[in-house]
Amino acid sequence: MAGATVPRRLGERLRWRAARLTERVTETGTARTLVFDVPGWPGHLAGQHVDVRLTAEDGYSTQRSYSLASAPDGESVALTVQRLEDGEVSPYLTDELAVGDLVELRGPVGGWFVWRTEQKEPILLVGGGSGLVPLMAMIRTRRAVSDRTPFRLLYSVRSPDDQLYTAELRRDDPGLDKTYLYTRSTPEHWPRPPGHVTASDLSTGGWPPDFEPTCYVCGSTGFVETAAGLLVALGHHPGRIRTERFGPSA
Amino acid sequence: MPIISRGFHGRARDPRHRLPPGQYETNGFPVLSTGPTPAVHLDQWEFTIRTETGARHSWDWTQFLALPDETPTVDLHCVTKWSKFDTDWQGVSLDVLLEDVETNADYALVRSYGDYTTNMPLEDLVDGQAWIAYRYDGEELDPEHGGPARLLIPHLYFWKSAKWVRGIQLLMEEERGFWETYGYHDYGDPWREQRYQGD
Ligand SMILES: Cc1cc2nc3c(=O)[nH]c(=O)nc-3n(C[C@H](O)[C@H](O)[C@H](O)COP(=O)(O)OP(=O)(O)OC[C@H]3O[C@@H](n4cnc5c(N)ncnc54)[C@H](O)[C@@H]3O)c2cc1C
Repeated sequence: MAGATVPRRLGERLRWRAARLTERVTETGTARTLVFDVPGWPGHLAGQHVDVRLTAEDGYSTQRSYSLASAPDGESVALTVQRLEDGEVSPYLTDELAVGDLVELRGPVGGWFVWRTEQKEPILLVGGGSGLVPLMAMIRTRRAVSDRTPFRLLYSVRSPDDQLYTAELRRDDPGLDKTYLYTRSTPEHWPRPPGHVTASDLSTGGWPPDFEPTCYVCGSTGFVETAAGLLVALGHHPGRIRTERFGPSA
Repeated sequence: MPIISRGFHGRARDPRHRLPPGQYETNGFPVLSTGPTPAVHLDQWEFTIRTETGARHSWDWTQFLALPDETPTVDLHCVTKWSKFDTDWQGVSLDVLLEDVETNADYALVRSYGDYTTNMPLEDLVDGQAWIAYRYDGEELDPEHGGPARLLIPHLYFWKSAKWVRGIQLLMEEERGFWETYGYHDYGDPWREQRYQGD
């Protein structure tokens, strides 16, 4: 972790690095975790992202951003990519890219949407869909260093089948409270009917504003707009709400 | 030499060559912000230009709407990789707002409600390159997209087009804004892919 906080030469930080796929994990019907080996990877903070660059044989190239899903772990980094049916990049990453193949990657990028283990205030994580990815890096980092900071997670997802990291989140993490919200269909006998996140979800599953938690909100633009707006309305100070918007609203 | 990704073809190329390197075209209008959308009330809204000597020039909402407006149609390029072509805006040119301002400054720091800031050279705000926009696509500007008014400076990456704008500080020396402090580029030219400091 220390590596990420020491200032690094810019030329080094911005270099495109070859990243070789070493493992592919099926998370859901449409999401895959891709583990890359990145020689020279300098380490990262939980919440940061990378830029991925793909180049076709005719030289055409395009880039997308993906959050780092893993806690810092040497030269290995994990991304979790949700396939968008009409997407240019995500279907390639989830379906085409095979173990041993190369992409280019640079980073880590972003110094704002991060959780540092030095932070002592309670933490609220609010994720919609693939917006869970950088929040999971925070949960994994907390676990990796046996940090005791109280965390609460609110995870909104379409249906149980779309849930990421299900088995891992089922494990007990002392001091991490989890609340799942389903927008289309719920598990059987689920007390809360399906629906989008509400103020009452955020006050029941979150922290009272006077605990002064830092809130991390991540997901599609629509989700982030709604959830961050509700947190402000509940009395959370806008300066303590950090957001990461993944893209257009669904 | 970039590494070829086996089996990657990409979408059909844009024949108009309007796409800066690394970008892709979207028809949606994605949003990039650092926190919640601030509520800005029109009766309290004010736009202020402050010079290096401390002189102030300010307009309230009524005065602002009374200024001559323009309706630029421009392409937008966001550092998060999307580009959007032919967007229609209405707003006041910075040439109008800066016309009577006496200054020796070379740099600008743009300030927003909600405390966002971003920096650029002052020369990039003049000569028909930048507007304070209050309508998008024929409608009042949504708060989510920066309403009531935002800076529109389409020749730079879109984070420079500060949402919920409330003023511009003119400076003799460059001061970094919000994203620039976190390592994003001081200038941000999409055609030279100036995403991060050092690019
Ligand atoms: C900082 C950051 C971190 C990100 N982290 C992740 C991550 O961890 N995992 C992940 O899966 N994605 C993440 N994204 C989104 C990712 O960068 C791509 O936008 C996404 O994979 C779609 O790319 P594509 O080429 O497949 O689709 P495109 O070809 O770009 O788009 C296809 C269609 O889908 C729409 N679209 C694009 N993005 C989204 C979206 N996010 N939600 C709904 N519709 C969309 C487009 O408007 C278009 O209609 C992140 C984005 C940012 C800015």
